[in-house]
Amino acid sequence: MLYGLDFDIAHTLGTSVLLLSFALLYQRRLTGVLEAFALQAVFVAAAAAWQAWSQDAPHLYITAGIALGFKAIAIPLALGHIVRKLGIHRTVETVVGVNLTLLAGVALVALSILLVFPVTFASGNVARENLTLALSVVLLGLLMMITRRNAVTQVIGFMSLENGLVLAAVGVKGMPLVVEGSVAFSVLVAFIIFGMFFFRIRERFDTLDLQYLETFRGDRQVDRP
Amino acid sequence: MSDLLNTVYLLLGIPLVAAVVLVALPWHRVSSILNALASLATLLVAVSLLGHRPEVSSFVFIDDLNISLVVLTCLVAFTTAWFSASYIAHEVEIGRLTPTSLRFYHAMYQFLTFSMVLALCANNIGVMWVAIEAATLTTVVMVSIYRTREAIEASWKYFILGSVGIALALFGTILIYLAGQSVIGPGIEALAWTELHVRAAKFDPNILNLAFVFLLVGYGTKVGLAPLHAWLPDAHAEGPTPISAVLSGLLLNVALYAVLRFKMILAGNAGALAPGPLMLTMGLSSLLLASVMLYRRRDIKRFFAYSSIEHMGIITFAFGVGGPLANFAGLLHMALHSLTKSAIFYSVGHIAQAKGTQKISDISGLTTSHPMLGWGFVLGVAAIAGLPPMGLFMSEFLVVTSAMARQPWLAVPVVVGLLMAFGALVWRLQQVAFGEPRGESAKISASLLPLYLHLALVLVAGLWLPGPLVAWFQNVARLLGS
Repeated sequence: MLYGLDFDIAHTLGTSVLLLSFALLYQRRLTGVLEAFALQAVFVAAAAAWQAWSQDAPHLYITAGIALGFKAIAIPLALGHIVRKLGIHRTVETVVGVNLTLLAGVALVALSILLVFPVTFASGNVARENLTLALSVVLLGLLMMITRRNAVTQVIGFMSLENGLVLAAVGVKGMPLVVEGSVAFSVLVAFIIFGMFFFRIRERFDTLDLQYLETFRGDRQVDRP
Repeated sequence: MSDLLNTVYLLLGIPLVAAVVLVALPWHRVSSILNALASLATLLVAVSLLGHRPEVSSFVFIDDLNISLVVLTCLVAFTTAWFSASYIAHEVEIGRLTPTSLRFYHAMYQFLTFSMVLALCANNIGVMWVAIEAATLTTVVMVSIYRTREAIEASWKYFILGSVGIALALFGTILIYLAGQSVIGPGIEALAWTELHVRAAKFDPNILNLAFVFLLVGYGTKVGLAPLHAWLPDAHAEGPTPISAVLSGLLLNVALYAVLRFKMILAGNAGALAPGPLMLTMGLSSLLLASVMLYRRRDIKRFFAYSSIEHMGIITFAFGVGGPLANFAGLLHMALHSLTKSAIFYSVGHIAQAKGTQKISDISGLTTSHPMLGWGFVLGVAAIAGLPPMGLFMSEFLVVTSAMARQPWLAVPVVVGLLMAFGALVWRLQQVAFGEPRGESAKISASLLPLYLHLALVLVAGLWLPGPLVAWFQNVARLLGS
């Protein structure tokens, strides 16, 4: 196995993305969550650009550009605007304690190493590492969506999960543009839909905290007109 | 050049153009008719594919497996558009929907048809993934269209669970590409079904196994398999009824089709794990869970949503059993469930409008107060419960007997699940359809033709399946492997 500079840089960038997934888990303030997410997107963009250079695959620069322009700049700005405009309070309610969440996160990373490492011997160092890191980021994104109640943090959790998918897609050699384009596409559409939800939720309940929405669940709404 | 003349592009083009036109039309009556006409045109093109099969291109293809689902999807999309026209007219009258939201609704309906047909015809696992994601997002928006508190929560839940599922499916897709590119070489070919299927034997089985687990959990969320089904009852109950019909009848099938395709790749590789046990477990747990949950439902649409989970469980179980007979049963059940469940939702939609409620306890004596509608509902429920001579009896019978032949001890829980669901259906049917009519009871001008058309097809399928159809089903069942 050859561990050259190529691998070292890919390794550093990928690990930074994972590190920021952990950072996302323990942020208590909404603005902190947004900043951590923006920084994660910057590292995803850098990882994509590095792969574009080292694989000599220029189309990956587009992926990097999308990640940088859209996820690192546009979305955090827009969400920050929404948060300020709605004036929702800046603390984040967590369902499980931060320590427990971080422990669960470590367990998930261990799980993804155990899952991906043994089966990808033949796939090259970079692909192998990136897939492992990507799966960890995906699982941590899921964890964030489960442990947070606030609509904005759930959105961020979902998008950080998509960051993991981008990391996986760029790590595999020669992955056609179709998939990267589709990831960008889905984030775009997701954002539009989220935006609509925000305003509708705001319109109806004057809050973005989903806990207030959960009065209705399953068949409990028997008295509905 | 021949690529441009591909009939599949016409099939995809009609709904896409219709969506653009419909978003610009302000008159909802015209739109609902145009919506049905566009769906009819799509259906006609789909039927023409049966006679003349276009050549395989790098983006779309038609083979024995997907052509039946394409025709079925276009048929149910057309009859639902027809039902939707009379359903929507009533909703506008009582002010639940505004003309603006209807413009949106009709355009989204066509876009949904487009993305489902694209998912079925795509010769590329990336394109198929995008199409299924697009279909999901479209239905999320449509479920929230009433803008009630319940509708927003239902679509939020659907959105979150659907996105998680779809994200896991993308990870599985990337892994399949990873397995493919080491054999086929990097590039677009390593995402094409036709290539993946032929060369599957040489792929690294370990990567295929890992990929299939992600794909089954990811697309399984969209199929509504337990324990990932939580979104399904809410989305069915809170959205407009035509969307419930399309969700149950079509979108669940499309997601299952994706799982079947990947199952075929695994079947082509000797070293990969047998997908059977995984699918058996998920199918059986969905069947048993749903058949218990049926007893506690108080909302009529939610009740039939659980029935959909039950039937998707039966179908997944059948494909998990594997072998020509069980695969045949699974394919047949897929088609017949789709026809029957959409027929039931057509009747339920009108029933909820006539009685002004979805609460089962407030609905009774329908066969007396609305004879045509009530008896249509009775026939639909009899069919979904698996009573002979309706077609679902035959497919359920085949599922049970093929399970008996292959894994006898597995047939027992299936029969238990089927009987429990049967009990729940008969119990609720008596309450809703017979006895003294109670509560408010508005006259409704409903077009019941789609309902009876579907029931007639299901009845005919139970009595007699044409020879060529049987031969074709058997051929596909062989392709699916054990």
